Amino acid sequence: MKNHVWRPLLIVLVVVCGILMTRALVVPEDFGVYERGYMYGWHRKSNEAEWKAIRVKYKTARVCAGCHKDKHDELIKSVHAAISCENCHGPNYDHPEDPLGMNIDRSRKLCIRCHSYLPYKGTLRGGIPGIDPEKHYPSAECVLCHIPHNPKAMNQKREARS
Amino acid sequence: MVHGEAWTIKELFVYPNEYIYWSIQIVMYPFMTGLVAGAFVLSSLYHVFGVKQLKEIARFSLVFSLALLPVAMLPLLLHLQQPQRGIYVMMTPHFTSAIAAFGIVFTTYGMIVISEIWFVYRRFIVETVLELRSKQRRGNVESAQFFLYSLLAMGAMDLSPEAIHKDERAVGILAGIGIPVACFLHGYAGFIFGSVKANALWMTPLMPVIFICSAVVSGVALCIVTYIIAMEIRKQISAWKRKNDPRLPSNEELRSAEIQTVTLTSKYLLMFMVLAITLELLDLIFRNYTAVKSWDILRSVIYEKDFFKIFVLQYGFGNVLPFIIFLLPGLTIRRALVGSLLVLMGVFMMRWNVVIGGQAFSASFSGFMEYRLPIWPNSLETLKEGLFGALAVIITPFVLFFLVTRVLPVFGVKDTH
Amino acid sequence: MMNRRDFCKKTMIVAGGLVIPLAALEVFNPKRLLAEKSGSDDKSNVRWVFLVDIHKCVGCGFCVKACKVENEVPYDANVTRTWVERYVVTKDGQTAIDSPRGAKDGFTTQKIDQGHLGDKEIDPASIAKAFFVPKLCNQCDNPACVQVCPVGATYQTGDGIVLVDRSWCIGCGYCVMGCPYGVRFFHPVYHVAEKCNFCYHRITKGMKPACVDACPFGARKIGNIRDPEDPVSRIITSEQVNVLKEEFGTKPQVFYLGLSREVK
Repeated sequence: MKNHVWRPLLIVLVVVCGILMTRALVVPEDFGVYERGYMYGWHRKSNEAEWKAIRVKYKTARVCAGCHKDKHDELIKSVHAAISCENCHGPNYDHPEDPLGMNIDRSRKLCIRCHSYLPYKGTLRGGIPGIDPEKHYPSAECVLCHIPHNPKAMNQKREARS
Repeated sequence: MVHGEAWTIKELFVYPNEYIYWSIQIVMYPFMTGLVAGAFVLSSLYHVFGVKQLKEIARFSLVFSLALLPVAMLPLLLHLQQPQRGIYVMMTPHFTSAIAAFGIVFTTYGMIVISEIWFVYRRFIVETVLELRSKQRRGNVESAQFFLYSLLAMGAMDLSPEAIHKDERAVGILAGIGIPVACFLHGYAGFIFGSVKANALWMTPLMPVIFICSAVVSGVALCIVTYIIAMEIRKQISAWKRKNDPRLPSNEELRSAEIQTVTLTSKYLLMFMVLAITLELLDLIFRNYTAVKSWDILRSVIYEKDFFKIFVLQYGFGNVLPFIIFLLPGLTIRRALVGSLLVLMGVFMMRWNVVIGGQAFSASFSGFMEYRLPIWPNSLETLKEGLFGALAVIITPFVLFFLVTRVLPVFGVKDTH
Repeated sequence: MMNRRDFCKKTMIVAGGLVIPLAALEVFNPKRLLAEKSGSDDKSNVRWVFLVDIHKCVGCGFCVKACKVENEVPYDANVTRTWVERYVVTKDGQTAIDSPRGAKDGFTTQKIDQGHLGDKEIDPASIAKAFFVPKLCNQCDNPACVQVCPVGATYQTGDGIVLVDRSWCIGCGYCVMGCPYGVRFFHPVYHVAEKCNFCYHRITKGMKPACVDACPFGARKIGNIRDPEDPVSRIITSEQVNVLKEEFGTKPQVFYLGLSREVK
């Protein structure tokens, strides 16, 4: 160490040691290479569990049927059978305990997702009964006349038919 | 608001999540690292290859590259969504990513520059320490100076001819190692872009080489500009000082030395510029000729949307015009200044056209995105990634340079070499 | 001059100082890496894949809505983990494409959204074909986005899902740039990279992704390609399926039935 030329190197060593020691402190224990190798699997393992622990909001129609069997039975006989309850009623969360769940969307915007007519012949969408939202009672909500759980024309609300 | 939404205008079909995510700071990043690398390469021309005429500008550009060094990192920090986590690049580097090496390359390069400067200035530092030590009474400022320079000397007070000789050899070796590292630092910035296979404009193996060449061009140009400005200030000062001390060099002497340095430096500038333009044109011709799937959309970006930015600003004003300016006989200081400024603008536009141009079209090849640089900031995001953020990045190196030269003067120093 | 005692003392300090950083270097121990790699690679008998049937999609956008709510991506933010594109090909061979706000509220008008150029009317008589294409993360076998992450904040799990570690992402955006499918974006709340993960919290509990459950027409399906009895696996192996942008070498794992050449 007599030679002064090596002095900057000493500082370099200090910096490198500093970085390595910070790393020992900062990097989580389970950070490493896992299933997919270094290229695709270099990560903190516990993050996988964090993602798995995300709260499930949509509990699917099967859960709804557990309590609301009448509504469920009514719906599966209609042409709307394929539509999941939560698509219109909102995600379950922990209904009925959780006030977050079940905010029913009765808006026109919801219905025209499918029932706004698009002139695409030969496609599934082209075959769905559709309206022009700008011309078909633009200021009325669809549910004033149509019954979503059984939307056949003859089931239209009595007031609307008259 | 979603990141990028404030300055992106979409046209035709663009994927819903696509925005100009890499904005002005990512234009600044290769521009600033380019300046660092270029300034260092210029100084190495003297230290390694012994181009004697560059002695004056060599020390200057070395110190300038030190001032630019932290600024190469600044745009990245301003760009990151989580700047406080920037250090993770060194904590858990993922070397399959081009960015992962940044921390290591940058630190290595920084240490080389700082060590080299230490060796260049050691004699000056030690002499200052000795001079201050010999003083009987020291004022507050002098005490602080004494402390600072003693610290900088790191106890290496030996000024014997052997020690000085060792300094010189160390400088030579460091400058030698520094050139490839500087080229790597910047070539790899090019690699960051060139290796993005999802981007049709960026993906080319020529990108790193193009980046290195234009880096040297911009670094040399900036050194010329700053050198001219610094000399101008020096002339003013010396004219004022000469009233008291006629022994100082006259303005004419200074000027002739200046024009000599500038002329020689501009030769290197032109050399690298020819190389850079050749490669860029090769890339363009190749794309044009092979006309793969992406060419349709690239053509409409290059020849229509960005025509003015690419062919007028970058190639016209940034390359052709300075070329004429430098090559016409009888180069004057003023002309060199204008030429260098144009070159800087041209290189900046090249970075812009690569970074922003690469995001000017959708990955669907069916739509375009236009970038509107936020001028007045209305949020932290538009401040960081707007005009003011960019200006901060441009101004910082000059402030740092000023501060560094308070401690390590660039002119009129009896240095090791 | 240094005497022997000094020398010994200094050597001890240097050696001691080096031991700590060497401990930090341990993560790069190739033997340990190899052991970990071979340890669980073969054990995994799940590899999630996705199947989209373009013929069945009507562009209602219920999938996008469910996805945004389930995965807490603000509903009105103009980014989304999954979206639906509309392709309208006219008889003169022109293709008009749009996906207004990712189709979170479906396609309710005939006009094509062209960004700042405004809406484009298409004469219904001129339409040769029209269809909807749901998009989501392809959970590629060679995920380019993971390759380019500088810090290991995004990675692929053993069952093939690409996840983002929100506590480790530095927000550089390299993965966003690296994805050829435009699947990634910055989360407007967490300010880190965000992407579709097939609802990892649902599929690992035996449920289906929210978009699959929300689709009334069965256009979206999830399956396990390692299970030969899986109905989705059977379709993928026995029917004519296609993937998006194969030329990038990413080996995407979202398969499409009825994929047309116009799809970008």
